[in-house]
Amino acid sequence: MTDHDSSLPNHSLLGRRGLIGATASLLAAPAALAQSAPPAAPGAATPPQSAVIDVNRARTAPIPVALPNFATDNAVLADMAAQITSVITNDLARSGLFRVIAQQAYIGNDTGAIPNFGNWSAIGAQALVTGKLMDAGNGQLRVEFRLWDVLPQTQIQGTAYTTNGANWRRISHIIADVIYERLLGEKGYFDTRIVYVADSGPLLRRVKRLAIMDQDGANNRFLTDGSWMVLTPRFHPTRDEITFMSYSGNRPRVYTFNLGTGRQAVLGDFVGMTFAPRFHPNGDSIIMSVTDGGGSDIITVDLASRRRTQLTNSGAIDTSPCYSPDGSQICFESDRGGDQQIYTMDASGGNVKRISFGEGRYGTPVWSPRGDLIAFTKIGGGGFSIGVMQPDGSNERILSEAFDIEGPTWAPNGRVLAFWRQTPAADRHGSGYSERIVSIDITGFNERVIDTPTDASDPDWSPLNT
Amino acid sequence: MNIKILGALAAVALLAACSHEAPPVSNSVSSGMGTQTTTPSGPVPGSEEDLVANVGDRVFYAFDKSALTDEGKATLDRQAAWLAKYPQVSIQVAGNCDDRGTEEYNLALGNRRAVAAKDYLVAKGVAAARMTTISYGKDKPTAVGDNEQAWAQNRNAISSVK
Repeated sequence: MTDHDSSLPNHSLLGRRGLIGATASLLAAPAALAQSAPPAAPGAATPPQSAVIDVNRARTAPIPVALPNFATDNAVLADMAAQITSVITNDLARSGLFRVIAQQAYIGNDTGAIPNFGNWSAIGAQALVTGKLMDAGNGQLRVEFRLWDVLPQTQIQGTAYTTNGANWRRISHIIADVIYERLLGEKGYFDTRIVYVADSGPLLRRVKRLAIMDQDGANNRFLTDGSWMVLTPRFHPTRDEITFMSYSGNRPRVYTFNLGTGRQAVLGDFVGMTFAPRFHPNGDSIIMSVTDGGGSDIITVDLASRRRTQLTNSGAIDTSPCYSPDGSQICFESDRGGDQQIYTMDASGGNVKRISFGEGRYGTPVWSPRGDLIAFTKIGGGGFSIGVMQPDGSNERILSEAFDIEGPTWAPNGRVLAFWRQTPAADRHGSGYSERIVSIDITGFNERVIDTPTDASDPDWSPLNT
Repeated sequence: MNIKILGALAAVALLAACSHEAPPVSNSVSSGMGTQTTTPSGPVPGSEEDLVANVGDRVFYAFDKSALTDEGKATLDRQAAWLAKYPQVSIQVAGNCDDRGTEEYNLALGNRRAVAAKDYLVAKGVAAARMTTISYGKDKPTAVGDNEQAWAQNRNAISSVK
């Protein structure tokens, strides 16, 4: 396309094209500007006063961003332009790493090709996001956006997307991810979804349905009708597919569920109950527990050949297995030592090591997508907590404590966790009881509830670009 | 579904009568079982209601444990005798947990509790083929409330007629 500037680097956006049928092209900086800013390079020196910083600095001092409503010459698109701006604003603000300056503070109406940087620096903005919406014909929408570094007065990024108008929300999240990545030097997590268990009905006859939503709570959709209890949905690393446990036919077993076709399939015929499934990071197999008498073993099932491999056989409860992102190791929980604790082992089942040694019980280990941490639920001292530790068990940190919180899941960039929080039932009718999905930065700040139409539990955060 | 609701209602009735365990079967009820015509609205012998009202359908466990208590063994002894009397009856033994544990661990713990109860019944002569086990983890509580009394009720293995 004519507005492609080959001097600017390509980035991961292009990988998303096929999935939503959008094309992305880079927009050159206006000729009047000397040159575009270089891409963010983590660790490298950045220009003084640049909006480009890193996550650690942004936690202490969120980047002040101005985000005026995207412009449009087409009155029909005005509402959508405002909504796109609102979705991007919400993503950035909820991350806790950006401070989006309220639109009432903005000075003047910036309509030229080059922003009036003085007006933006005057209100304290370090980054500026501008955008334009156009009808591209045939139901197609063209969304242009530019990210500006206000003090050095440079364009950091310019991209135009052409896509079906129905994708406007997704394009908004993609733009927010670009802003996150260019200003912080790391991938974002906004163009993602969360699959979870939607809970409704009285506590003694709870209805549990699978549901899926965007990470900001929008586009909620129920995936099952509630006729059978369902638990523990987990995303496939690349396909539009989940694995989960269903009590269908009063036989609790692990299933796969292709969200594109709606096809559900039971994962093999076992004498015992199968549960606690997760995909291998390469997507080719599922690791899970199967009961054997009173114990529970960890096994893998290859999805193509259906070949089973047994990894543990302790006679104890071995469950909640999760691979390291490179697939070489597995963390899991076991009560083989007397109570519930976290262990790691090689992918072949050898070299088993206990890694949790604090006071209390530990469960639900989940390996970070970055490989550097394992998130867990800890039970002790009358309450539950969510924490992280290094894969060798060192440097345990508790991020959040409550009467009952559990089940952490990682945002794909390894910077944010989601989990669920249950508030207690005050009386025998269950009043006061609720279950909510909550997200939190891995330093323990910025804890936020994600709005759901029903009570919600056991979230799993999707990879980016699915 | 009906079975589940009946079980829950019965549990409430039992709670009113005593602390945790089912009351012992009284002689008058046992002797009345054989005839079933004299009482206008008693449970049908060999039925789910009969099991709940006259035998005791559930045993309870300590926190994070699956060892049977003496009371639990007494209840299972009565279940074994009752199953011997009605050889056509098959049962499901469902293991449950309080919600002071994590989801997947509790699925495994509920299974261990159900298997502990089933194994005891097998040892008392009930054919293993007449019993299935299932675990609902912490997801099918019979008592509401976040207190020790409710939690104690929810740590159980419940037998029901299939």
